Formats: sequence, structure tokens, C-alpha cells
Amino acid sequence: MKRILTFLFFVLTVISMSAQDARPEMADTLRSSGKIYVVVCVAAIVLCGLIVYLVTIDRKISRLEKEMASQKKQTP
Amino acid sequence: MNIKKNWWKILASVCLLYTVIEGFIGEVPAREILNETIRNLYFHVPMWFGMMTLLFISVIYGIRHLRNGRMRDDLIARESAHAGVAMGILGLITGSLWARYTWGTWWTSDTKLNGAAITMLIYFAYFVLRGSVEDEQKRARLSAVYSIFAFVMMMVFIMILPRMEDSLHPGNGGNPGFSKYDLDSKMRMVFYPAVLGWILLGVWIMTIRVRIATLENQLHEPTFTDHPTL
Repeated sequence: MKRILTFLFFVLTVISMSAQDARPEMADTLRSSGKIYVVVCVAAIVLCGLIVYLVTIDRKISRLEKEMASQKKQTP
Repeated sequence: MNIKKNWWKILASVCLLYTVIEGFIGEVPAREILNETIRNLYFHVPMWFGMMTLLFISVIYGIRHLRNGRMRDDLIARESAHAGVAMGILGLITGSLWARYTWGTWWTSDTKLNGAAITMLIYFAYFVLRGSVEDEQKRARLSAVYSIFAFVMMMVFIMILPRMEDSLHPGNGGNPGFSKYDLDSKMRMVFYPAVLGWILLGVWIMTIRVRIATLENQLHEPTFTDHPTL
């Protein structure tokens, strides 16, 4: 009886282990340790910086367009 | 910044911010070989959507120029093609990097890959053509006609041929695309805003280029009549 139980225990352990291995490797440990959020923040900051940069360029061009328009009015 | 006029720039920023955050921490299906690279769907694929949108704008403004002869339409066609090619190059580079880690090679003689490369060459030729014609009107008309052919060839090379032939690329030649993996539509919730965000960013950059070119034109010839509306 004891032998059968030990055998069953081993079989179940092997099955459960192989079931875990069947899942393709993903960055789960990275996420559980938490630090993926650092990368997400860095990427978000880079994106925000680029968008702010684009907005300043946009506004600069708007200013130049206004200047050009007023200059044209002055010298018809 | 005028919100009524520039609301789509804010929409682009919000979509992209959502894409970057949810694109990294959102749930994705676990698949062998693909692993986490399935997230490239949010960054690599929208580059091509952006390119196709900008090249479509380019051909539309090319046709408009052929119909009314306005130089401003030619200007928009040129700058759209320019921004579109830039996005296409980013798509090629990111695709090549992805191929290195999934297929094991930077480049392979695949229908989709070669089609994308040929598309780039066709549009490089568009700029060579523009650069080689001195007369402004002639240049605009020639390049508009050329861009119609170029756009059709792009569709054939990256949308039609890879689906008829065998291709390694996901979604082509019998290979499953992400729609087969994305059973609970979690990826779609990120993918669609990503596509919209990247397209709008491309259009934003294009309008900035158009406005700079318009200012340059006004500087060099004060009689440049077309008023900037973008």
C-alpha cells in the first residue's frame, strides 16, 4: 500500500511538472518581480518627451506663419 | 494650441500613451517561438498602416493636382510620400529585427519581405523622378501620374502577392495572423488604438513638413498665393 502511494505521488509530481513546462516561456517572472513597470514608465516618458517636442515644433511653426502673414500685410 | 482645430493631435498622443503602457503590461496569448514578441503587433504593424495611409493621401493629392493644377496639392503629395516612406523604413527595420529572433535570420527571400523592400525602392524612385525634373509644373504632373502606379504596385507587392504565394510572414500564405491567437479580443483593444495613434502621428509629422515647406516657398517667392490651411 505504501509503495503504491509513493508511486502515485511521484507520478502526480511528474505530471504536474510537465504540465507547467508545457506553457510557452513568457516574461512572467519579470512581471511578478515588478520591475517591468520601470520599463513601461521609461517608454512612456520617452513618448511623452517626443510628443511635447512635436508640440513645441508645431507651435513654433504657427508663430512663424503668423509672422509671415503680418509681414505680407505690411509689404503688399 | 487651438483645441477645436488640433483635437486629433491630442487623440494621437492619448492613443500612443495607452499603446505603450497597455502594450507592455497587457495580457497576450502565450505561444511558442513568438513568446513576448507578439507585442510587436502594437509597434511594427501600425508602421505599415501609417505608411499606407500616408501614401494613400499622397496619391489622392496627386490626383487632385492633376485635376486642378494647384501647386499646394503637389506639395502635400510630396510630403505625404516622404513621411510614408519614413514609416515604411521603420517597418522594415523592426520587421528585420523581429525576424532575427523568430525565424533566425535578418532577411530571407520571402514574398512579403521582398515586396516591402521593392515598395520602398519604387518610392525612392518617386523622389529621384522629382529631383530630376527642373520645371515645377511638369515635375508635379509627372510625379502625380507616377505615384498612381507606385501606389497600385505597393498594394500588389505587400497586400496581394504575399497572400497568393507562400509566405513566412504571420497572416500570409496560410500562416495564422494575430486574429487567430487573439481569441478573447484583448489584443484588439490595444491594436486598434495603436493603429489609430501611429497613423495620426504620421499625419501630424506630415502636416508639419507641409507647413515648413509652405513657409520656405513664401520666403523664396513672396507671390506664392496658396494660403496654408493645415
